[in-house]
Amino acid sequence: MRLINIKPGRPLAVFLALLPFAAVFIAYAIGSDIRLTENPSDKLLPAPSTIGETALRLMTEPDRRSGRVLFWHDTWASLKRLGMGIGISASIGLIFGLLIGLLPLVRSFLAQFVAVLSMIPPLALLPILFIIFGLGELSKVVLIVVGTLPFIIRDLSQRVLEVPQELLVKAQTLGASSWVIAVRVALPQVMPHLIQAVRLSLGPAWLFLIAAEAIASELGLGYRIFLVRRFLAMDVILTYVIWITLLAFLIDWSLRWTSRRFFPWAEDGL
Amino acid sequence: MSFVTVTDVFQSYGRRPIIERINVLVDEGEFISIVGASGCGKSTFLRLLLAQERPKRGEVRIDGALPAQEPGLERGIVFQRYSVFPHLTVRENVVAGECFRTRWGRLFGAERKAARDRADETLARCGLDHVADQYPATLSGGMQQRLAIGQALAAKPRVLLLDEPFGALDPGTRLSMHDFLQDLREETGMTVFMVTHDLEEAFKLGDRVLVFDKPRWDPHDPNAYGATITYDFDARDGGIPFQTLQEDTHVLLST
Repeated sequence: MRLINIKPGRPLAVFLALLPFAAVFIAYAIGSDIRLTENPSDKLLPAPSTIGETALRLMTEPDRRSGRVLFWHDTWASLKRLGMGIGISASIGLIFGLLIGLLPLVRSFLAQFVAVLSMIPPLALLPILFIIFGLGELSKVVLIVVGTLPFIIRDLSQRVLEVPQELLVKAQTLGASSWVIAVRVALPQVMPHLIQAVRLSLGPAWLFLIAAEAIASELGLGYRIFLVRRFLAMDVILTYVIWITLLAFLIDWSLRWTSRRFFPWAEDGL
Repeated sequence: MSFVTVTDVFQSYGRRPIIERINVLVDEGEFISIVGASGCGKSTFLRLLLAQERPKRGEVRIDGALPAQEPGLERGIVFQRYSVFPHLTVRENVVAGECFRTRWGRLFGAERKAARDRADETLARCGLDHVADQYPATLSGGMQQRLAIGQALAAKPRVLLLDEPFGALDPGTRLSMHDFLQDLREETGMTVFMVTHDLEEAFKLGDRVLVFDKPRWDPHDPNAYGATITYDFDARDGGIPFQTLQEDTHVLLST
């Protein structure tokens, strides 16, 4: 039988899916164990049990100076910045994507401009954003918007262009105005693609968020990681990295669920 | 005065002429089949009738009105594919035929209820009432085309244009679609233009069959000349023309 025709059953599929996670965990545990037996005060690879204790401590015990549980405050601060940045990007991206995709006039006017804008490396703009918007929340949100918006606009305008011409002609023969075509034909058809584009943008969004927080912030997941780096507190860093990964995964998963729930007619990919 | 008048139409893409010297007069209620080899401008002609494109020269008028600048309510269209909206359910697709012309593209309250009831009637006539709440992707090809025709008719166009509507269907489904279309035509009596590759279908359904071909052919430059209407058959009475006399002959028939 050919390899391409061999499909795993349900138990084997679950086992195979879990295998890489288990492999990474075991490799880490072994590495950590080797280092710790050599030098019990080694800080580079803390034992999984230590990370577990640290995580519990971070999540439950309040900070001695401020009396707040910093872990949750960091999480809330970061999620707020991320949500605002991505939300603004998605809204503006949707509007401009529809305009560029549907209206040849706007397309001639803006398509090339957006293509050039998207080539600017957003992190190179970070100093400018700090200078203009200060070191507060605004500059971080703007960095996320600047970093993800051009991609979303370009992706969505392309998707609107991919709506079959037949459907647009058909809507016209049913008497639809440009406005009705935009909101009743193009908009619902690109909504699943918008969610897809947001899912793909989340990676860069986290990158920009953590970069901005690392440079200038008082609270936030990225800030905390770069702060405790000075004390070589690998157990804290690893806890935060695992937590960020988990958050990102959950956001991605809920977006996919939303897409399937509300747009059942769209054939979904991964 | 004829219902649809096509006068001296010429269309080219770039420097390449597609169709030239097209002149047709069509009466209201006629069913026109359009046949011809691939690349002979059948679909171009249909797009001109639809006003999706405007001819470089000549004009297309419906009921004496000024030539249209863009597709509109008076022309309905059914394409071979992509004719129904995938994001609307079957019933919503038919309702779209009535509500897309409104300001917000939606109907509210009693109007909405009435439109849904009319849509259900249309669906019942198309044999689609049992799938009214499903999305078109779950329907077979024939059902999708029936839905597309029902949707086009819900907008009550004056001229219905069909671009190879049954081209992707299997022969059995095709035959039942022919019956469906003929029934609809008897009920509504509307003017229909249908592009098809199937000669049998063209003569079976059409009152007239227009044949597109290139009368002039330069072997060194096959694209030098465009196609035009080379034959205009009377397809009624099984395709045998001149059976029904148009004039009063004043001849006494011996009995």
